[in-house]
Amino acid sequence: MRKFKEFIIEKLILFSGLASIFFVVLIFLFLLKEGLAVFKTVGFFDFLLGKKWYPISEPARLGILPLILGSLLVTLGAALISIPIGVGCAVYIAEVAPLKIKEILKAGIELLAAIPSVVLGFIGMVTLVPWVKHMFKIPTGLTALSGSIMLAFMAMPTIVSIAEDALYSVPKAYKEGALALGATHWQAIYRVIVPAASPGIMAAVMLGLGRVIGETMAVMMITGNAAVIPRSILEPVRTLTATIAAEMGEAVVGSEHYFALFAVGIVLFVISFAINVGADLFLHKENK
Amino acid sequence: MVKVKIETHDLNVWFGSVQAISRLNLEVYENEILSVIGPANSGKTTFLRALNRMNDLNPNYKMSGLVEMDRKDVSGLDVELLRRRVGMVFALPLPLPLSIFDNVAYGVRMHGMRGGQKLSRVVKESLKQAYLWDEVKGRLDESAFKLSGGQQQRLCIARTLAVEPEVILFDEPCSGLDPISTSKVEDAMVKLKEKYTIVLVTNNVKQAARVGDRTAFFLSSELIEVDKTEKIFTAPDDSRTDGYIRGKFG
Repeated sequence: MRKFKEFIIEKLILFSGLASIFFVVLIFLFLLKEGLAVFKTVGFFDFLLGKKWYPISEPARLGILPLILGSLLVTLGAALISIPIGVGCAVYIAEVAPLKIKEILKAGIELLAAIPSVVLGFIGMVTLVPWVKHMFKIPTGLTALSGSIMLAFMAMPTIVSIAEDALYSVPKAYKEGALALGATHWQAIYRVIVPAASPGIMAAVMLGLGRVIGETMAVMMITGNAAVIPRSILEPVRTLTATIAAEMGEAVVGSEHYFALFAVGIVLFVISFAINVGADLFLHKENK
Repeated sequence: MVKVKIETHDLNVWFGSVQAISRLNLEVYENEILSVIGPANSGKTTFLRALNRMNDLNPNYKMSGLVEMDRKDVSGLDVELLRRRVGMVFALPLPLPLSIFDNVAYGVRMHGMRGGQKLSRVVKESLKQAYLWDEVKGRLDESAFKLSGGQQQRLCIARTLAVEPEVILFDEPCSGLDPISTSKVEDAMVKLKEKYTIVLVTNNVKQAARVGDRTAFFLSSELIEVDKTEKIFTAPDDSRTDGYIRGKFG
């Protein structure tokens, strides 16, 4: 009887383990099936490098280069803002802050992670967008820059908490060794602790950026959604994610447009997969 | 007449509500090896870390009394400067994740020495003094992690020597080492006392007997006695010292 119970439990656990892989494979196959159909009508490179996205004109123009560049521009901007602040914040929490402030900050960071992205987008729309418009004296505040700033807020909790973990797990003896040689606190942080934690910090950055590139709601609300190739960060852009979210509802099932949106999904999938693998490689490097 | 390098006056140390050192009055003479022995939690490492103010890193640390080096209160000195003058070698050899050369050059560079030739000379001298030069001279660019435990410990000694301290604190430097590596580290220590003042905290009573000029015995946060090593090991004044040395407790 006991053996039988063991058997059942083992199989159940096995099933749960396989289920996650099974679903990933199913999703991927479905994406491929629906997405690859677009290449019957559009060439692969015309799709990836095409400069015009007019999915409902006649004939449809399905070039996603503006969308890719939009996503990259917003992500790059968010990275430039969130990485220095996030890593700095992690160093402060892990090494400098007194215990009380440390706890308050950690709770604050978790709270930031808990804000739904639509709320962030909404706040951005009514505060950040007018501010950007006013600051740079441009016709609209719905720009890539606004999206970058907002997304930086979303990437920050991931970057801070993972980087803080990495910094915290650097052996205390490294720090003591440096201090015993007469290093100042800052010298110990800068020359010993941060380099020793660098694989973990890189992973934190990658995972934070993974979140940014996949984010949809907030960017859709504040980047202006113009599918043109941006010439500066102060112009409206449209990202891959926002395109799918905005257009999927109106695309006729089985149409060229519909298949193209799935192909956009594949591109997104590949990008975030690459980022995750990159983060994984860095994390494993740390373990060696 | 021997010169006093370091002295403590009525030193008390607490971590939170636990007293780690009570009313300690102890002198360390210039160019001697003072061994400090005693069971776990007797305060010997705390004493060591009071000398270069590493205890300050613990937020629960409180002290009263005085620690003086060359008749100057160490709590009034610039802490980074103090730690350059009072180097420390830890129980676990922990090289930094750098090459052998960079490990030794690390502290020197941090204190502003640039320039190839002078730096190379300092690194070479330090490795020689730590009895490591002959074993690593052909592979200074290799990672320090490729060295054996004993070699890593001597690398840590070389790293400490490179910043030219006056005093070196050894905190159970051989606890993780095999007997051959241990004897190499001990040889290095005996040689080093010609130039430096050495305080050695050790769990190995025989090691204290081998290298110490004087030996101090700590028990439950108090100094029981301190005297010439031969005296401590042959005719100690206190029966508890005798008991500990003979392995009756601790």
